[in-house]
Amino acid sequence: MSDDPQPPRQELDALQKRIRELEQLASEPEAQEKLRKMYSLLEDMKEGESPDDPSAAEPAPPGAWQRVLLARHPQRPYFLDYVQHLFEGFSEVHGDRGFGDDTAIVCGMARFQGQPVLALGQQKGRSTKDKLHRNFGMAKPEGYRKAIRVMQYAAKFARPIFTFLDTPGAYPGIDAEARGQAEAIAYNLREMARLPVPIIVTVIGEGGSGGALGIGVGDSVLILENAIYSVISPESCAAIVWRNSGKAELAAEALKLTAEDLLKMGVVDEIVPEPPGGAQADHRAAAALLAPVLERCLSEAAQLPVNDLLDRRYQKFRKMAQFWTGE
Amino acid sequence: MAWFRKEKKPLESVEGKRVHTEGLWTKCESCRQIIWKKDLEANWNACPRCSFHFKIDARTRLRLLFDGEWVEHYSGLASTDPLQFKDLKAYRERLSQMQKKTGMNDAVVVAEGRLEGRPVVLCAMEYNFIGGSMGAVVGEKITRAIEMSLAKRVPLIIVSASGGARMMEGVVSLMQMAKISAALARLDEARVPYISVLTDPTTGGTTASFAMLGDLNVAEPGALIGFAGPRVIEQTICQKLPEGFQRSEFLLEHGMLDAVVDRKDLKTYIARALEFCTWTSDKAGSAAAGAPPAP
Ligand SMILES: [Zn+2]
Repeated sequence: MSDDPQPPRQELDALQKRIRELEQLASEPEAQEKLRKMYSLLEDMKEGESPDDPSAAEPAPPGAWQRVLLARHPQRPYFLDYVQHLFEGFSEVHGDRGFGDDTAIVCGMARFQGQPVLALGQQKGRSTKDKLHRNFGMAKPEGYRKAIRVMQYAAKFARPIFTFLDTPGAYPGIDAEARGQAEAIAYNLREMARLPVPIIVTVIGEGGSGGALGIGVGDSVLILENAIYSVISPESCAAIVWRNSGKAELAAEALKLTAEDLLKMGVVDEIVPEPPGGAQADHRAAAALLAPVLERCLSEAAQLPVNDLLDRRYQKFRKMAQFWTGE
Repeated sequence: MAWFRKEKKPLESVEGKRVHTEGLWTKCESCRQIIWKKDLEANWNACPRCSFHFKIDARTRLRLLFDGEWVEHYSGLASTDPLQFKDLKAYRERLSQMQKKTGMNDAVVVAEGRLEGRPVVLCAMEYNFIGGSMGAVVGEKITRAIEMSLAKRVPLIIVSASGGARMMEGVVSLMQMAKISAALARLDEARVPYISVLTDPTTGGTTASFAMLGDLNVAEPGALIGFAGPRVIEQTICQKLPEGFQRSEFLLEHGMLDAVVDRKDLKTYIARALEFCTWTSDKAGSAAAGAPPAP
């Protein structure tokens, strides 16, 4: 591409910036319209550039897509792997007492460093059979209802709660809709905001939109180094804006879904490091890196009187993303 | 045909108007009837023939529900494009286009006024503004509305018309669901009434947060209401969805809504609910039901 007559990207960027400034100054709509056309023309030129051309590449930090792949890595530790390494005496509690037992969310009583706690999380499957059994970690309303029912049981006996997020999203199906998927998630968001016990949330893999958030309201929100948290999957985003799910890599960058991005935006409190190469390389080591962070977050939260705890939780989400101007 | 015209004078004037008023006619999406827009407006923007409910904008909604004047709040809040999101078009550009088109800074109006004499805080979402999607501004305005409602002890009404969380503000949009729901928990504890009105369409993160958290959740007829959009579901299950799936009547049948109410009856229904929630036997209290207590 060295004989490509196109000006380098930096020049295009500079031109676009200048056009933007002129647009601010221009008062006639006609002039503004012309400037906007020029702007998009330059935009098209940029898009025409080959991504293989290193001089044309954005100096963007590599890796959003890499992170997506790691977060979904088939050998990545799932919720029950962490249970095995972090907790003792895990005893599962099933069912929503209304419709069924959703195996995509697992809840259980356990001991964390000697103390009784509740642990729950979305569970993906590793073998094909297991994947189907867990519905690929995509919960239905009964899963969210089981989760809040068991969390309320924990709160009644003043037991802290650990939740682990790892789902492509809430299940988008006819039965889930008919039983009120949206209501189930909404109810959890409201009730988790006021459960009078510490809740420590960890995004361990894929934080897939509302389906993840449905068990994701708490006093601390942690994320593993290679986990992601997003409003929409990169594939769906690409399908919507580029009408091409093949552009998922671009979408992954645009969505700012990596741990670093989320920390910068104040959506998560802390990034938990993973073993070299990623958590899939060594489950035990990944859990060992997470354990002290969970312990610290829990002891911080447990020190607070309940009212302060709930106030802090409220303010935490209240402050999320004060990105506006005016007034 | 002169004699005919003379006999049917009103018709003549209508015919005369038809010539000059092209574009003042519209076709019903449901029954294909051609309707004069004036007739449509006079009928609460529902088809006079089949009662199909047309989408209405936020300001029309305020006019339908408030008794008279209202005071708007937080209209200056505008997105700062936290992600610097860009797809085929820069989000910033999309925003300014929408702002010009709708005369609004973002997809919701927050206003205080009276509904059948009772003071209320009303949030009306604007579907024409990026599909009524919820980013930081919508989240912040609704949260402020809830906090105002709580501080003044004035009932809250949110009329949803929204495709859900706004993709272009990423996970920040998602967190608005948690933020608003937490505020609603406080309103709930204070026992200040909240009526959620779901209109066409209400999906995604909007449904999965405040729209389903009312003391009452009522919908207009025929509104698309759900978590996942119909296309996403079709792609997942690889089959066509049944007729009427995810419409108000479907949700009512499945126990997910408290009522489906025609637009023309909506104000009365809400007024009755507010009376139910705030009525007291004390005469002085009853007159001031729903009003903030004297400081
Ligand atoms: Zn009709």
